[in-house]
Amino acid sequence: MDSVNNTTNPAPSRIKKARNKVADFFLMLYRVYAFVLRFFKEVFLPPYEFKEIVRQCYETGVRSFTLITLTGFIVGVIFTKQSRPSLTDFGATSWLPSLVSIAIMKALAPLVTALIAAGKVGSSIGAELGSMRVTEQIDAMEVSGTKPFKFLVCTRVIATTITIPLLATYTAFIALIGGYLNVSQNEGTSYSVFMEQAFEPLTFIDFWASLSKAIVFGFTIGIVGCYQGYNSTKGTEGVGKAANGAVVTAMFLVFIEEVLIVQIAGWFR
Amino acid sequence: MEKQKAHIDKNNTVIKIRGVEKSFADYDVLRGIDLDLYQGENLVVLGRSGTGKSVLIKLISGLLTTDAGTIEVLGNDVTHISQRALEDLRIRIGFSFQNSALYDSMTVRKNLEFPLVRNRKSLTRAEINKNVEEVLEAVGLSQTINQMPSELSGGQRKRIGIARTLILNPEIMLYDEPTAGLDPITCIEINDLINEVQQRYHTSSIIITHDLTCAKMTGDRIAMLLDGQFQRVGTFDEVFATTDPRVKPFYDYNFIQ
Repeated sequence: MDSVNNTTNPAPSRIKKARNKVADFFLMLYRVYAFVLRFFKEVFLPPYEFKEIVRQCYETGVRSFTLITLTGFIVGVIFTKQSRPSLTDFGATSWLPSLVSIAIMKALAPLVTALIAAGKVGSSIGAELGSMRVTEQIDAMEVSGTKPFKFLVCTRVIATTITIPLLATYTAFIALIGGYLNVSQNEGTSYSVFMEQAFEPLTFIDFWASLSKAIVFGFTIGIVGCYQGYNSTKGTEGVGKAANGAVVTAMFLVFIEEVLIVQIAGWFR
Repeated sequence: MEKQKAHIDKNNTVIKIRGVEKSFADYDVLRGIDLDLYQGENLVVLGRSGTGKSVLIKLISGLLTTDAGTIEVLGNDVTHISQRALEDLRIRIGFSFQNSALYDSMTVRKNLEFPLVRNRKSLTRAEINKNVEEVLEAVGLSQTINQMPSELSGGQRKRIGIARTLILNPEIMLYDEPTAGLDPITCIEINDLINEVQQRYHTSSIIITHDLTCAKMTGDRIAMLLDGQFQRVGTFDEVFATTDPRVKPFYDYNFIQ
């Protein structure tokens, strides 16, 4: 009888652990919800920190410029190059500009920009705010009667929401240039003909959906980076986790949002 | 430098703590503490690491919330206060952090301007500059005005951290381990600065430390935090006139070694 009593049963402990994990997950969801709600509550109230918003736009926008230019150009060239053999098989090489522009404008430009920004800007926001949290700089702002949430979070989220759509538009333009150079080299198409064919199949809804996507992606990258950094704990380990969490979560959400927005845009066509 | 006699008004309690409890998970850090800080007084809170000294001043400044009890600061109960009122109250309290908590991305000038421009909106550019220069001169670091925090030594960072809190002319100063991680000479300089702040700005201060030299040099009164409660409160000599095995080794280690 004793031996039965002394035998540890792992089942209850596993159930308890699973229950705790589920509880932690819902607690985390509630915290994210509260964080987003706080953003919308504070963003419309003064002080507006315009100077800091401009500085953050510079940090997120201008500093990503080179990487975005390079990536956008390569995406344009590679996509055009890879698409040509399939179109050649059907004798439809003349459709290449349309195919390239549809792919770039509707999907690739906002998505590629968002993924690069999640890696570069999101991680930087997560690490910076995480480091400020663990070195008590955020507490220092709090106790000096200033509003750290407003100064650190609202400004960064506004900056990413503004700059990422601009970067996405720029990526689209650069990718089209890449596509044009490739088409021009192989088919000898002129710039004006390429652009005419490229924009012909695109509708207003396509531009609007693409822009909406980029705005949503920008907001997501900003808010996720800020959430991870602002709530960072456990010293330097926490800073690393905040940076990593900012990238992984933002990328995951960007893909989900991509699917949802494509679906919603489809209803308006 | 010898500590000058402070003008302490025992009829004016600026911080009144009653029955404050705070625990983290299953660990009870503060178990019903009572404490008064009088106008013009430097009160040193002594205790071993992890006894809740820093938690206490974070509760006072509203960075943490109590589990039970009340904390009255300048007539405001911070345990039942609106966010707006707490923000207004915080301007009257200076908080010097253990690691200075200077804003890495800003120069010394910007660090000092940051709380000023956000809390004293009517100030002109010339007045802001004057305030910054005055407070830097008070901590003896006028030459660092355009430097970044990463270019400063540990002692300089502490001084700038104190300057940043002084720029709002606080009535209460909370120092979290002001001499931690500094060499003995810099420790003495910081202790002198704390006394100078008390005299020049007429502040009432709580100084959290486990450095007995700092306690002796700066404290008008010492409160010894042990096992989540203030076991001994009085002058330095009164607190250590004991054979209590929890208190005596503290003194022996600091002064006999």
